[in-house]
Amino acid sequence: MPAPAPHPTSGGPAEVLVVGADLLGQGRADLLLRDGRFADPATAGPAAERLDADGLVALPGLVDLHTHLREPGREDAETVATGTAAAARGGFTAVLAMANTNPVTDTAEAAEHVAELGRREGSAQVVPVGAVSKELGGVELAELGLMARSSAGVRVFSDDGRCVHDARLMRRALEYVRAFDGVIAQHAQDPRLAGPEACCHEGELSGRLGLPGWPAVAESTIVARDVQLAQLTRSRVHICHVSTAETVDVLRWAKARGVDVTAEVAPHHLLLTTAAITGYDPTFKVNPPLRPDEHVAALCDALSDGTIDAVATDHAPHARHDKEHAFGDAASGMLGLETALGVVLETMLLPGRFGWREVAERMSVVPAHIARLAGQGRPLAVGEPANLTLVDPAARRVVDRSASASLSRNNPWHGRELPDPVVATFWGGRATYRR
Amino acid sequence: MTEPGPTSARLVLDGDQIARACARMAHQILEANRGAEGLVVLGIPTRGVALAERLARAMSEVEGVEIPVGALDVTLYRDDLRRHPTRAVGRSRLPVSVDDAVVVLVDDVLFSGRTVRAALDALGDLGRPRAVRLAVLVDRGHRELPIRADHVGKNLPTRADERVRVRLREVDGVNDVTISSEEATSGATAPPAEEKGER
Amino acid sequence: MRHLLSAADLSLAATTEILDLAEEMAQVQARPVKKLPALRGRTVVNLFFEDSTRTRSSFELAGKWLSADVINVSAKGSSVSKGESLRDTVLTVAAMGVDALVIRHSASGAPGQAAQWTDAHVLNAGDGTHEHPTQALLDAFTLRRHFRRTEPDRETFAGKVVVIAGDVTHSRVARSNLLLLRTLGAEVVLVAPPTLMPAGVESWPAATSNDLDEVLPEADAVMMLRVQRERMSGGYFPTAREYTVGYGLTRDRLTLLKPGAAICHPGPMNRGLEISADAADAANSLILDQVAAGVAVRMSVLYQLLGGEDAPTPIRGEA
Repeated sequence: MPAPAPHPTSGGPAEVLVVGADLLGQGRADLLLRDGRFADPATAGPAAERLDADGLVALPGLVDLHTHLREPGREDAETVATGTAAAARGGFTAVLAMANTNPVTDTAEAAEHVAELGRREGSAQVVPVGAVSKELGGVELAELGLMARSSAGVRVFSDDGRCVHDARLMRRALEYVRAFDGVIAQHAQDPRLAGPEACCHEGELSGRLGLPGWPAVAESTIVARDVQLAQLTRSRVHICHVSTAETVDVLRWAKARGVDVTAEVAPHHLLLTTAAITGYDPTFKVNPPLRPDEHVAALCDALSDGTIDAVATDHAPHARHDKEHAFGDAASGMLGLETALGVVLETMLLPGRFGWREVAERMSVVPAHIARLAGQGRPLAVGEPANLTLVDPAARRVVDRSASASLSRNNPWHGRELPDPVVATFWGGRATYRR
Repeated sequence: MTEPGPTSARLVLDGDQIARACARMAHQILEANRGAEGLVVLGIPTRGVALAERLARAMSEVEGVEIPVGALDVTLYRDDLRRHPTRAVGRSRLPVSVDDAVVVLVDDVLFSGRTVRAALDALGDLGRPRAVRLAVLVDRGHRELPIRADHVGKNLPTRADERVRVRLREVDGVNDVTISSEEATSGATAPPAEEKGER
Repeated sequence: MRHLLSAADLSLAATTEILDLAEEMAQVQARPVKKLPALRGRTVVNLFFEDSTRTRSSFELAGKWLSADVINVSAKGSSVSKGESLRDTVLTVAAMGVDALVIRHSASGAPGQAAQWTDAHVLNAGDGTHEHPTQALLDAFTLRRHFRRTEPDRETFAGKVVVIAGDVTHSRVARSNLLLLRTLGAEVVLVAPPTLMPAGVESWPAATSNDLDEVLPEADAVMMLRVQRERMSGGYFPTAREYTVGYGLTRDRLTLLKPGAAICHPGPMNRGLEISADAADAANSLILDQVAAGVAVRMSVLYQLLGGEDAPTPIRGEA
């Protein structure tokens, strides 16, 4: 049963006392949630709901920098309500909703509409991402300033789905958003090297299967350009869904030179490789595509040492009929919100590349900072907003794609055993998910 | 009634008896046809082809003319294709047109008659013979269709569960015809239909 | 055989059986009554998402000469453009009760995906730039006859060098032929400008070269691939003229060939671009034989798929 959409001041018990949770793996403590914030546990009243958190780890509510909620326009695939319900199941208390909806979020009105949907129906905080260019056309700047000034408070701008290909437009955008501490999040894909038909990492497999190739350099050359533009304009740039070792090398070089660049990686790129595509199953068609082992290894290393700053799901729901096509014709994208934390535990925590501190950093603290989201990614301390995710480190399950809060079923993890950690999610003190 | 234990094969014809039967049939065919004119001898693979060649050679010697001989594979005309895994198809070899010819079909064993039925259908698609005759080395009875042989090497009454086996030098290295009773343990799932005498 | 999706599905034994049966089937073409009853009562649907009159007619005749009922469904207007998914299209057609789907599609992998959704036998009639197994079979059939004629005492394909030249990257014919020729024991050399060599070709079981002149004297057969003029707008080569000079089977290049070397082309030809009229019409050109072989080979394949009992439906994973 999905939890009722909470408003921080409506419904649910007035106080929740979480007993004996391990805070970020640093030691056990109690947490009291009251009036949307953490309060001194010693002041808990007799009516407080007690939640036994023995054996559970407490994390700040996760923040997803990259989600597709599909509303407005494709409510058959997902809505704000169902997408955020999936987010809450995955331990997220905030999601950034990408702009490639229909209509595109390229005006203040459109951004405010999405934010309002989030307030009314969301099980997590919904922060609209604004388009960089009008209609995602890649030609003219969208009304970045008006979106920033709107009640939606847009700070992250992205044409995701498409690359801001024109160097001059990218430069202008980077310069322009400096005025209000905005950030341009680039979907790095040079359309001349990897066009719309490109669907498989260019290499041995694409040649053998006869699938149009998507070479790694189509991503890394754009990133190389954009980090230099960011340096020139003294502005921030964020790279979406990094998928190649080549891009990781560019990021290291840029960060060593002091460029203000951040980067995210999607969970599927941490574990799935081109091997998944040999049967032409469109479930595994995603943009950027899955890559061979050596890229997956480089991405895990980069996430471990911080070259990649954050994990972002790129949750991309698709109606069944959009996926049930020949591989080259099918829609690109995979679900990710409900399984993201499980995949990160599997690839990073369990093999010992990460501790819980790093999980919190990469999936909550840093994303909140990149998005300039006050109130998210905060310490689990008295006075802070009560955004909390309780996880059971030992729980595992075989993923069943039909057991999902999302409307869609394009789940690449179906049938696979993964950690299933989220026990409860609290957004502003109210439970948005309980197992 | 099958006997328990290993198969017991009984010799029906030895090599000499086969040769005499072929010689007799060759003469009978020529006599019925009043000579060699128009004769085309077609054997049904596998062993029917060897027999056809023996008969044609014998008749050619008698008449002093070359009698055309070939093979007619009937696999694609069988009425039981869908009841078995895909059967391998043998080679057909037609030396001359069958139009207006007197075709002598040759097979080793005549049993249910279904193979000959298939052969007649195949011949019909190849042309319009003037007449079709059937020569078999062994007729073991148990016809399921109204088919009879014109020339028979040996009439052999059998029980339906018995197995008649023809071996010819050209194919098997020896010449004999044997009959055996056996339990259904020989693992004979697939064709070698001619060994089972399934006709 | 349940499906024929790739030339890699065929062992040497299976290939030999198909080619041998095709020889028998070829005799049918020469008869007044071009019919065999073997597939009577079976229904074959040519489900073509991509135009091809020649291949479709070839499959249609093959089915009809085996007495199957054959219908043609041209699906190019449906599926993606009308919002009907590939799966829906396949299931709708299969629901009519068909025994075999012969599928041609512009996207690689589509027939293989279709095979997951239906119990019907699936035959790949060409998928994107991936494979075209019946083309490889008819090319092998044609070459086998040629090699047996010119060198009857030798084992047919062993040690033979077959050069495949042209736009290898986008050629499903090249991929299928490479796989099948290797199965048959031949050596294959791929020739193309670097821009038309596929990614990962180093791991393919073939030698590669960018120099057609260097390779031709060794060839026992040359297979010229069709090059599409649209590739020029993709920047793969600058002009048709330059392509012909570098990679076309021109009249001058014919003199480089060994006597008896065969010339093949899967068609349709761009006369004057990848193959000169002199080459197409040369004495050792097998191009017309390739066309003639199509129906007999496809009859053989249809018989292998449909001529026996249906195997019990394999247990499929979730739909």
